[in-house]
Amino acid sequence: MTSVPFVSFVLNGRRKKLAVHPMKRLLDVLREDCGLTGTKEGCGEGECGACTVLLDGTPVNSCLVPAAHADGARVTTIEGLGGRHRLQRAFVEHGGAQCGICTPGMILAAVALGPRPSLQTIKVGLAGNLCRCTGYSAIYRSIRNA
Amino acid sequence: MASRVRKAVGRNVLRKEGHDKVTGAARYIDDLTFPGLLHARTIRSTIPAGEIARVRFKGDRGGFTLVDHHDIPGRNIVALIDDDQPCLAERTIRHAAEPILLLVHDDREKLLAAEVQIDYRPSTPNYDPETSAVTFKTIAIDKGDLDAGFAAADVIVEGEYRTGHQEQLYIETNGVIAVPGDSVTGADRGITVYGSMQCPYYVHRALMILLGLPAEKVRVIQTETGGGFGGKEEYPSIIAGHAALAALKTGRPVKLVYDRVEDMLATTKRHPSIVRHRTGVTKDGRLTAVDIDAVFDGGAYATLSAVVLSRGMIHAAGPYRCDHIRIRGRATMTNTPPNGAFRGFGAPQTQFAAEVHMDRIAERLGLDPVRIREINALRPGDTTATGQRLGKDSSALQVLREAVKRTEFKKRRRALARANGPAEAGRHGAAKGIGLSLFFHGSGFTGAGEVKLAAKASLALTDRGARIHVASTEIGQGTRTMLAQIVADALGVKYDDVDVNAADTGEVPDSGPTVASRTCMIVGRILERCAEEMRARLGRLTPRQYLRTFGPLVITKQYERPAGMVWDDTLYRGDAYGSYGWGCDVVEVDVDRDTFEVRPTAFTSVHEIGKAIHPAFAVGQIEGGSAQGLGYALLEEVVMRDGRMANATLTNYIIPTSLDTPPMTIVLLENPYPHGPSGAKGVGEMPIDGPAPAVVNALRHAGFDLREIPATPERVMVASK
Repeated sequence: MTSVPFVSFVLNGRRKKLAVHPMKRLLDVLREDCGLTGTKEGCGEGECGACTVLLDGTPVNSCLVPAAHADGARVTTIEGLGGRHRLQRAFVEHGGAQCGICTPGMILAAVALGPRPSLQTIKVGLAGNLCRCTGYSAIYRSIRNA
Repeated sequence: MASRVRKAVGRNVLRKEGHDKVTGAARYIDDLTFPGLLHARTIRSTIPAGEIARVRFKGDRGGFTLVDHHDIPGRNIVALIDDDQPCLAERTIRHAAEPILLLVHDDREKLLAAEVQIDYRPSTPNYDPETSAVTFKTIAIDKGDLDAGFAAADVIVEGEYRTGHQEQLYIETNGVIAVPGDSVTGADRGITVYGSMQCPYYVHRALMILLGLPAEKVRVIQTETGGGFGGKEEYPSIIAGHAALAALKTGRPVKLVYDRVEDMLATTKRHPSIVRHRTGVTKDGRLTAVDIDAVFDGGAYATLSAVVLSRGMIHAAGPYRCDHIRIRGRATMTNTPPNGAFRGFGAPQTQFAAEVHMDRIAERLGLDPVRIREINALRPGDTTATGQRLGKDSSALQVLREAVKRTEFKKRRRALARANGPAEAGRHGAAKGIGLSLFFHGSGFTGAGEVKLAAKASLALTDRGARIHVASTEIGQGTRTMLAQIVADALGVKYDDVDVNAADTGEVPDSGPTVASRTCMIVGRILERCAEEMRARLGRLTPRQYLRTFGPLVITKQYERPAGMVWDDTLYRGDAYGSYGWGCDVVEVDVDRDTFEVRPTAFTSVHEIGKAIHPAFAVGQIEGGSAQGLGYALLEEVVMRDGRMANATLTNYIIPTSLDTPPMTIVLLENPYPHGPSGAKGVGEMPIDGPAPAVVNALRHAGFDLREIPATPERVMVASK
């Protein structure tokens, strides 16, 4: 194997420099090399959005992003929101999280919508994040009450 | 002790594990690791029927451990009902995706790259459940005199209805980790399995039989579970068995987590069905004879087909009264992956047929869909198909009338029909329709099931309150929260002072599987009784005072059948369920006249559930189950080609997104069941019974005569009148 170059990015506000294969999925880099397992794998094909993280503030499916693509970027995972973010609180209070496996990705996709999104903005903005438990209504209530 | 504590039942308290779920701290199976962890991969058959001739590992075997049926110390079966399914195939192959061999390695890349060649002697597969030579189960329900019923009829209406497979599509795939020995105590014999599952004691029993181990040498611990919907009822026994065999052979922890494709190819789905109705009815709309014949496609092995069929048949006549009923059902074998538990458990299939048929009867008689249901809906004092006399806790008319009133159903129906105008060729834009469905769902195990199961639950006194010990699992529906609410009120302590032990067979009694809408009504009631006794034992002492004076206090109780409940399993007569929930769905659809795509535009559901322990969670179950039901109705099609799912990806098997799901109005009605905790019945499954027939009835109203789901554009085009 050829020598592995470094990938560096800012993860949840902290600089990271990792020796990983440039084509390794960002999802695996986060879960395995950074030990942050809050980012989930649901399908591995960019359909379900469970692995959503923010790359320079934009939601991406981290299962489709090679590590090299994150080089020099700001990466935000669910762990980066701390635990007191208004959306996190609202998802608990309004039933936005049931089984919880889509929740980290869903919350990050909601963060990217900005403050006070309209219902239509929410529906379009979350169309890439599948939830099998809620039928989405409780997620809308959570975001609108955040 | 102080009893002026704010009541928890009926209040939207915070989810016990809510904080962990929104912060990413909740640990699902793939988030766990162990020192020396190995990974496993399942090698599966690629033919639907035949025999294995030769298995050959190609390439360098360095670092690989191979596990096959020779490595099974106990019996090579997945212990469930019929014990017909091998854990690893020996010679016979009954479906494509049948597990044959496990490869184990510490490097996942090498594992994925490994090649195993399997030579077969193929035989001719059968994919038709109606002509299958193997029947897993038949059910016969008879009431009254069918011939007399038909003789009293003015009109006879017949129909055949079909439903397809449906994938549970929990967002977390099936997965387990097996650790040699007892990984909690450190004892070196036996096995510990962690995993995503609904029923730890099902896995426990299956492992004892597979591994030939006594109960105390098998420990099963549920990890946070990312959805189940029945798909993690019986299947985890297979994957746990595989990982356990690999862990015992290698002496190291082994992780086996499916990727999405494997999960869709290999794991259970909802049984496809063919249901035929022949109904006698008087001119004024009274049912005089109901004759139903149903076939469920069980797939290659029996799994839970017998009980899925049972629930399906008991619900087959719908929530209607009729003196003369004959129901015949069979579940048969085909050479496709085994079908199994899925929310609703047979009832969505048969109630789809019953409700679409009911609209066709109304149409034939020139009655509107509400009137035909008002005439025939089961009332308190009426008897069901099995002869169960309904109590005051039955609410068919109430949910129907509430849904009709809320949606202004009759007015909307006239308005949409006017807007559509007369059908004519070459029209563009949307055709509109509105339809409804009336349905019911029995809570708890069928018939004598709860008596045989004899579920136990325990409550242990803690410093401030109590700790719940049950094997009932939290899979998103709110088990921990809801059970803690029930206990808090019965014990007279704060909700926050009741906590819930992990569902770990080493620590909790067998409260039964987390299925059949039984966790709240059955397990909740056992816990309520534990808490009532604990409260009496405490007297005026606080928990802390009691513990200091008398030492630890654990109360364990077992299920008790309510007085007067009778069931005859041979004749299939009697009280099939302790109680039923009742529901009515109304849906409006737009049909694109050019593309035949169907869009649900408004959805209303009225559910009567006894008592909503946690109203927001109850609404969440109904919204989520309804969305899953709309997917079943319109989008979710499993394409089987040569006995294999041809569209086993999330790109090609479509479940509803936020944009596919219409705005929902959910109405809860409460008509208490005297033997449920605070009057509660089950709620988890019922929401998926109603959407599909409501959608198809709305399509009928819009001018499309469908008898089959999913109502894909192709089918809608063909059904275009």
